Amino acid sequence: MRRFIDRASRYVVLLAASISFLILFAIAFFIIARGLPAIQEIGLVEFVTGTVWRPGQGQYGILPMIVGSVAATFGSLILAIPMGLGCAILLAEIAGRRARRFLRPVVELLVGIPSVVYGLVGMVLLVPLVRNLGGNGYSVLAASIVLMAMILPTITSISEDAIRAVPRAYREASLAMGATQWQTIRHVLLPAARSGIGASIVLGMGRAVGETMAMIMVIGNSIKFPTSPLDSARTLTGNIALEINYASGLHEDALFATGIILLVFIIILNTISFFALRRSRAQNIA
Amino acid sequence: MKLIEVTNRDNGPASNATKIKVRGLNLYYGVFQALRDINLDIIEKSITAIIGPSGCGKSSFLRVFNRMNDLIPSAKTEGMIELDGESIYARGCDVVELRKRVGMVFQKPNPFPMSVFDNVAFGPRRHGNHNKSELEEIVERSLIRAALWDETKDKLHQSALSLSGGQQQRLCIARVLAVQPEVILMDEPCSALDPIATMKIEDLMRNLAQEYTIVIVTHNMQQAARVSDRTAFFFMSEDRAGILVEEGPTTEIFTNPKDKRTEDYVTGRFG
Repeated sequence: MRRFIDRASRYVVLLAASISFLILFAIAFFIIARGLPAIQEIGLVEFVTGTVWRPGQGQYGILPMIVGSVAATFGSLILAIPMGLGCAILLAEIAGRRARRFLRPVVELLVGIPSVVYGLVGMVLLVPLVRNLGGNGYSVLAASIVLMAMILPTITSISEDAIRAVPRAYREASLAMGATQWQTIRHVLLPAARSGIGASIVLGMGRAVGETMAMIMVIGNSIKFPTSPLDSARTLTGNIALEINYASGLHEDALFATGIILLVFIIILNTISFFALRRSRAQNIA
Repeated sequence: MKLIEVTNRDNGPASNATKIKVRGLNLYYGVFQALRDINLDIIEKSITAIIGPSGCGKSSFLRVFNRMNDLIPSAKTEGMIELDGESIYARGCDVVELRKRVGMVFQKPNPFPMSVFDNVAFGPRRHGNHNKSELEEIVERSLIRAALWDETKDKLHQSALSLSGGQQQRLCIARVLAVQPEVILMDEPCSALDPIATMKIEDLMRNLAQEYTIVIVTHNMQQAARVSDRTAFFFMSEDRAGILVEEGPTTEIFTNPKDKRTEDYVTGRFG
């Protein structure tokens, strides 16, 4: 009987793993099957580097959306990395036990808020504020700030874990040599935790690239190159969500092709992080 | 019957000046009392060994001297602890300055995951020295002093983690020396090392004792007998608080202990 359970449990686990793998594979296959013919018809170079997206006239260039996605993502990272690292250091090293018991759940709660709520708050609160700086407020800047709030918890909690995982012995050695707490953080803990910190940034980046709803609500969605943070733009994800309702034929397939580009983006991100992490693990911290 | 041979040294402690003076020390972790009413003088430029059974507060005692117990929020220290006549627990005492003067070597070698050079230069850099040639000089001098230069001079820029355990521990000693301390605390520095590496560290300690005041916690009585000038025997009272039973020249403690508990311990009857 024990043997049977042992055996059965192996199959159950195997089945669960196969199903999730299958689902992933099916999604990728479906997107590629629908999108690839469109890319072939439009031409890959024209599709990725074309600057005009006018499906009605057979023009399918998604470069403005690529730029929109990249701009919003990098904008959010520029804001979220220092803030997230700051929070992580505070939670891991500086805050007392009681403060941490209060702050940590707050940070984790931020992850659970649905993105439409972030979008709503951004639209009602943030966009009018940005409008004061110029433009109509629906902008890459507003999008970056909303995304920052969304990826902050990811960067904070994973970085905090990484800092916390640095062996106590390093901390003690540094402090025992008369290094101050800040010097210990700056020169020992952060370098030793950098692979985890890097991972947190890449995960945040992945979330930012994939975010759709909140982006649609604050970025303005106009199909043009943003030339300043105050300009409106459209993201790759927003492009799909906005047009899939009425698209048909090649237009519809082109949206799937946009999905392929997104997929490639994520794969590139993951590959970079994989090699970066592997290299930083093999290297010393200074 | 004498179980442990005490090394006879012609040149004992260079002086009899007290470097660290401890009077009426009580240490608490929350409600638990870890040390009770400790009185001890640490003699300058000599090696004082702290021995005793596990859990009697030896390491906690060592960590009083560089205030590493401060890192434990519940720790509370009472009593008088003076370094060169100045209280190290006084309100105005700068912990960073104190730790520059009182260095520490830990039980497990704990070099940073950086190069040999960067490990030794860590302390001087944190204290504001970024002059390349000065750092090179400090690193070389410290490694020579820690008897590690010949083995590492060709791999200063390799990872410290590629060194053997014994080399890593000597690197940790070099790292402490680079800060130019006056006192070096060693918390069972050889417990993770093989006999040959242990012997090298012990030779090094004897050598360093000419210039530095060394306090070593050790489980190994032979080691205490071999390297130390003075020995302090700690024991646990009934409520598990650590107490100092007896202290004196190492020869005395090992050959002619005054307290029955010391005798039982050094002759290996328990512990």
